[in-house]
Amino acid sequence: MERRANGINRLLKKAGRPVKLMEVCGTHTVAIFRHGIRGLFPGISFLSGPGCPVCVTSKRDIDCSILIAREPGVTLLTFGDMMRVPGALGSLNRARADGADVKVVYSPLDAVAAAEKQPDRKFVFFATGFETTIPLVAAALDMAHSLGLDNFFVYSVHKLVPPALRALLSAPDARVSLDGFILPGHVSAIIGPRPYGFLAEEFHIPAVVTGFEADEIMEGTLMLLEQIESGSARVEVAYKKVVRDAGNQTALSLMDRYFRPFDAEWRGIGMIPASGLRLKEQWAAMDAERVFKPHPPVSHEVSPGDGGCSCGDVLRGLKLPVDCRLFGSGCTPDHPVGACMVSTEGSCAAYFKYGPFIKRQTSGQ
Amino acid sequence: MCLAIPSKIISKNGFEATVDLYGARKKVSLMLLPEDASVGEYVLVHAGFAIQKIDEEAAKDAIGLIDEILKTLEQEDADSLQ
Repeated sequence: MERRANGINRLLKKAGRPVKLMEVCGTHTVAIFRHGIRGLFPGISFLSGPGCPVCVTSKRDIDCSILIAREPGVTLLTFGDMMRVPGALGSLNRARADGADVKVVYSPLDAVAAAEKQPDRKFVFFATGFETTIPLVAAALDMAHSLGLDNFFVYSVHKLVPPALRALLSAPDARVSLDGFILPGHVSAIIGPRPYGFLAEEFHIPAVVTGFEADEIMEGTLMLLEQIESGSARVEVAYKKVVRDAGNQTALSLMDRYFRPFDAEWRGIGMIPASGLRLKEQWAAMDAERVFKPHPPVSHEVSPGDGGCSCGDVLRGLKLPVDCRLFGSGCTPDHPVGACMVSTEGSCAAYFKYGPFIKRQTSGQ
Repeated sequence: MCLAIPSKIISKNGFEATVDLYGARKKVSLMLLPEDASVGEYVLVHAGFAIQKIDEEAAKDAIGLIDEILKTLEQEDADSLQ
């Protein structure tokens, strides 16, 4: 660990300027704070990207899930993180308090088991997540299909990581300038490193897939600084014990059997081409969007209640959470305005939780 | 949300396995694993599914880290109650 820290400091000194790295994954954001890595290397500014699937779920999709949950005879199931995210119609927590049947599950398979147990009720799994989670939902669909269930449905708001990174780098107005990407470890366990090739080839930005331990993050950071120093740009893997070159082909082929890409709305960012997954036509009978056809009354992604929320700029790496005027006063984890404050892996929630610790660290230097 | 936890396979029946996840026994599906995994081997578990096989040494390192995080969280909870 010390060798890596020395190497990082030597290369930072050589660079003679602050280095900007974006960690894409929310779990990395939390791990970087928790390991105290920010405090160790003040010469690196770690920007958090759009790496929390909860934070980027659009208000419209939250509202659609609420409308489906309100249907008679329907139970809506989802991961716990989604319960407090505010849409224009409130949150799923609120919908549950108002009488809708909303349940938190640990695994999509729990939703299939619930549907199997009660054939006279309809069970809708509200599916958020990136490539780590999508194959699990494909597996749940596969199981429901092989069991012959006609009361299991999926509302898919799945998102893909590589198209979002392309969108950040191609935004015509406010484009983030970066020296390197710390790429997500477990998304990459599924897709492998190849889908990120364009970062190096088209945008000439170094990128390294890393794990979540302190020495893995530091190894990844060191590899990025070495690329920056030599002026090269490659996609490398510092997490070889988990990430294979071809990814997980079993998971990828199951995903491909059930889902197809479409242009999806990302909260705070907007429409990103081919960045979402919805069920293929042949599985329409299990697609909650086609079966329940929810029509939320408000489709504005920024509503007056958001006044001053900077989630969009935070997710694109243009602002730090502390630069938002609502941070810590109008917007806190107990009373979140934007989605980045709701999820434990949202960058605003991470800054709120660990922020005082960072201040202590830096003031002590 | 994309965190997967290393777990040891305790028993196995077709595509279903029981793993040791921090001392708790959990049933997980092996249907997404790209390679065969046997009893005694380690897998990364995410929301009820094994998504990748990992070697024992890597698993033990990661388990050590998560232990540390859990202890910190417990400490934070204890502090916040005071």
